[in-house]
Amino acid sequence: MEPTAHDADEELPPRALLLEMYRHMLATRRFEETCLDFFRRGLIRGYLHSYIGQEAVAAGAIAALRPDDWIASTHRGHGHCIAKGADLRFMMAEILGRETGYCRGRGGSMHIASADLHHLGANGIVGGGIPLATGAALGIRVQGGDQVVICFFSDGASNNGVFPESLNLAGLFRLPVIFLLENNFYAVSTPVECSTGCCELAGRGPAYGVPGVCVDGNDAIAVWRETRRAVRRARSGEGPTLIEARTFRWGGHHANDPGQYVDPERLAYWKGRDPLALLGREIRDAAAVAAVESRVEAELAAAVEFALNSPEPAVEAFLAEIDS
Amino acid sequence: MPELLYREALRRALDEEMARDPHVFLLGETIAERGGSFKVTEGLLARYGPGRVIDTPIAEASFTGMAVGAALIGCRPVVELLFIDFALLAMDPIVNQAAKIKFISGGRRRLPLVIRTQGGVGEGLAAQHSQSLEALFYHIPGLKVVMPSTPADAYGLLKSAIRDDHPVVFIEHKRLYALSGPVPEEEALLPLGKADCKRRGNDVTLVSWSFMVHRCLAAAGLLERRGIEAEVLDLRSLVPLDREALLASARRTGRVLIVHEAVRRGGVGGDLAATIMEEAWSDLAAPVRRLAGRNTPIPYSRSIEEVCIPTVEEIAAAAAELAAIGR
Repeated sequence: MEPTAHDADEELPPRALLLEMYRHMLATRRFEETCLDFFRRGLIRGYLHSYIGQEAVAAGAIAALRPDDWIASTHRGHGHCIAKGADLRFMMAEILGRETGYCRGRGGSMHIASADLHHLGANGIVGGGIPLATGAALGIRVQGGDQVVICFFSDGASNNGVFPESLNLAGLFRLPVIFLLENNFYAVSTPVECSTGCCELAGRGPAYGVPGVCVDGNDAIAVWRETRRAVRRARSGEGPTLIEARTFRWGGHHANDPGQYVDPERLAYWKGRDPLALLGREIRDAAAVAAVESRVEAELAAAVEFALNSPEPAVEAFLAEIDS
Repeated sequence: MPELLYREALRRALDEEMARDPHVFLLGETIAERGGSFKVTEGLLARYGPGRVIDTPIAEASFTGMAVGAALIGCRPVVELLFIDFALLAMDPIVNQAAKIKFISGGRRRLPLVIRTQGGVGEGLAAQHSQSLEALFYHIPGLKVVMPSTPADAYGLLKSAIRDDHPVVFIEHKRLYALSGPVPEEEALLPLGKADCKRRGNDVTLVSWSFMVHRCLAAAGLLERRGIEAEVLDLRSLVPLDREALLASARRTGRVLIVHEAVRRGGVGGDLAATIMEEAWSDLAAPVRRLAGRNTPIPYSRSIEEVCIPTVEEIAAAAAELAAIGR
């Protein structure tokens, strides 16, 4: 199955939505660059998994949602979080381990979640969010709602048992969930062709009664269009869709991984298809793009200032809230 | 007070909570049309329909994870894991996901989830259907562990578990489903974390939970004939633990025998014994003793199955030895 890029003849997202996608993608790019800088300076602890290179998947897919729709994210989750409308101040504070962060400094990068944003959570377990997203879709049905859920996961997670299990359950119950498989071609360092006998990952859907489509994950408009189709299907009760979005991770698995195992030609090809540049060309409005850029820079600067000036969690308060 | 079977008491709790709160729903293998392998959910499909009594394929990791996801958006799922042995297939959603939600959100998120399951030896079900695995869950911060021994406790504790805002592992016992006992006619909740003194006595305390409570009560009957008054303390919930009741009884009798069906090595009894010795040392007349399952997988054949877990006679003998120390 070849990934589809968007066709110029088809409907484009409204201009405001294009600019919002661009803003989310740029905010993600700049946020990640800032985090990587802080990591090198020793201000960020633990693991930091950069989303640079994949921004069009989160921004394009979430642009097809309503604010009350839900998402489930992954360890590489900053892009999903930003596209779902997260406040950069609380994100940065969390990643810097501050009391003012989304998880009050208890979670860190891999556990950011927000009920207010209808974000089920990032997840430190590869594949861990797949049944959670499927269950949220079941919960929506129990509650009689019409929301849908996007479950973000990766080629790596697609080889974990919960993926076929949940795909089967979602297909069986025709649940309003979109399985958005971000195929960035590497599970840590293992290339996708070394982890499965069938690299056509979208093809796994039909085996469980779930349509599978493949889309160019660096083309935000194509991702938006395909996700919108799947969202309509889910919302009207027709059930889940599996979308394989092919994209690429520009860095290593995490901030400390130089990623020397990545084929340089492959990397150069994908860097030549920078999702930000591709979308920027579609907008064709330098003034509007410049306005987005200055808004992002201002928000990022405010987030950094807010986070750096926030306290770390107080030990006494932490000890008081745990069981003896 | 009317008598109900343990399974009927559980069913009544589910029924009342489902009638009370439309966010409560049931999820598990063979629970709908068939009413569950142990007939706990019988009749609930007819009352609440397939939207709230949901049969799943055999995919424990995913349907347990789905219950976590549904709880995250405000439902109160009760997921049934047919055997506690099968819970091992669902350890990621239980341990890495459900148990962590409150903590990793800085206390901002709730996770009202009940995982009903059953364990224990009985009926020749052998090594993969007979385990007592409460220690695995007891070990994990963020999980409550409830193990009722009677129909009344099963009823009142399950209702409280369903109304709790955080995950509860509710462990039933396969040999208790047909046990009959009084259950209050009026709706009655039992708080989690309150032990129940099932028999008063001054000479020795038998601490137990689930099926072994009944063996302790039988042993106390044998001891009475020998002039030994045994107290039987049913912890009912291991997390939260009623430390106050445990320590008060230990201090009063000065002699404690902890009895559980789970294997002795790494069992909850070791932790309880240490707690008692740390907190009540000066009031003890004898070292705390444990009587527990042997450190073995459970065998099939009747002749060797029953010797793997404490018998009434063994409990009575160990308690009598304890009672004699220093007298």
